[in-house]
Amino acid sequence: MATETVATEVNAGMPQLNFETFPNQIFWLLVALVVIYLMLSRVALPRISAILAERSGTISNDLAAAEDLKNQAAAAEQSYEKALADARSESNRIAEEARAEAQKDLDAALAEADAKISAQTAEAEAAIAEIRANATQNVGEVARDVAQALVSTMGVDVNADAINEAVTARMKG
Amino acid sequence: MTRVKHVATETAYDGAEETGGLVFHPLDQFIVKPLFGDGPVHWYTPTNVTLWLAIAVLCIAALFIWGTRNRSTIPGRGQSVAELMYGFTHKMVEDITGKEGLKYFPYIMTLFMFILFANYLGLIPMSFSTTSHIAATAVLGFGVFFAVTILGFVLNGPSFLKLFWMSEAPLFLRPIIAVIEIISYFVRPVSHSVRLAGNITAGHAVIKVFAAFAALAAVSPLSVLAITAIYGLEILVCGIQAYVFTILTCVYLKDALHPAH
Repeated sequence: MATETVATEVNAGMPQLNFETFPNQIFWLLVALVVIYLMLSRVALPRISAILAERSGTISNDLAAAEDLKNQAAAAEQSYEKALADARSESNRIAEEARAEAQKDLDAALAEADAKISAQTAEAEAAIAEIRANATQNVGEVARDVAQALVSTMGVDVNADAINEAVTARMKG
Repeated sequence: MTRVKHVATETAYDGAEETGGLVFHPLDQFIVKPLFGDGPVHWYTPTNVTLWLAIAVLCIAALFIWGTRNRSTIPGRGQSVAELMYGFTHKMVEDITGKEGLKYFPYIMTLFMFILFANYLGLIPMSFSTTSHIAATAVLGFGVFFAVTILGFVLNGPSFLKLFWMSEAPLFLRPIIAVIEIISYFVRPVSHSVRLAGNITAGHAVIKVFAAFAALAAVSPLSVLAITAIYGLEILVCGIQAYVFTILTCVYLKDALHPAH
């Protein structure tokens, strides 16, 4: 290893300039280029461009479909809102109806009760009037009897009719 | 004659190894050898070039055909990478050449994928970099040059020559600019191909040189670190050079499609 002998290579020159190998290299290079060109232009490039076109088509289709679904969702939301509003107004209406029905029942019951109460009141008033009439009559009789007795006690013989007349006139006055 | 040189290389190699000293063969990795036997390299001989080109083709097939076999709308890993490559190249072609350039997208994709895969396969230790050879990159570069030039004349007729005639420049400067433009136009394929082959060759050779230093115990840790660093740099270079080659191809194509400045 220690020997510093450096073997330099000068005799052969560059293999790149060995013209004897040129026809060989050129021939095989042309073969390779033609094969690569045919592979790429006939198979690979059309296939890749088809893939890329299909992909961009798929993407735009998907975007369109997404837009469509979004619109559908918006429509569904709208109809849901509408249904909700309808249901709300329907429930209001039903509640109103129920309230009106109850009010009617209540009014009827009140009217009946009022009628009953006024009937009873009338009855009671009639009874009171009767009682009052009876009382008046009794008072008259008592007064007449008292007057008769008083007059007879004083020793005056008086016609019963005259006493009656007098008592009645006095009671009216 | 080159055959003799080749034999001489191997002898020198054997001799160097026997002495046990430092062995520098940074360029041996680029030698084109027949896969079977040791005969001469005819144009049809299957060589290590053939092998690594075939591996590149298979890798591209694996990524772009096997990887996309499911045609999934939600891509898997392989399909994602294939789609990414497709989208990247497609966008590059569209941005530079415009909508009219998309017709030539498969050709540019072929070039880009081949160079990218060949560059990265060349980074595998013990592999062979097909794009390190000027023969290969010159075919690519001059192919682009001739294709673009012919396309320019076919699409635009003689008005393609307006490419060299700066109508915005002052009149007396226009002939001078035209000469410069024409020279730069014809230098394009050379720079286009030499840039790629040079970058790949240089990186691989530098790694080999550092690898040879690893035989010295004293410097071997440094050498390993250096190899790691250069390797990381090479990973960048391989991607960037493929990208640069492709984007320049697009720029040249744009000149053919819209020659007026």
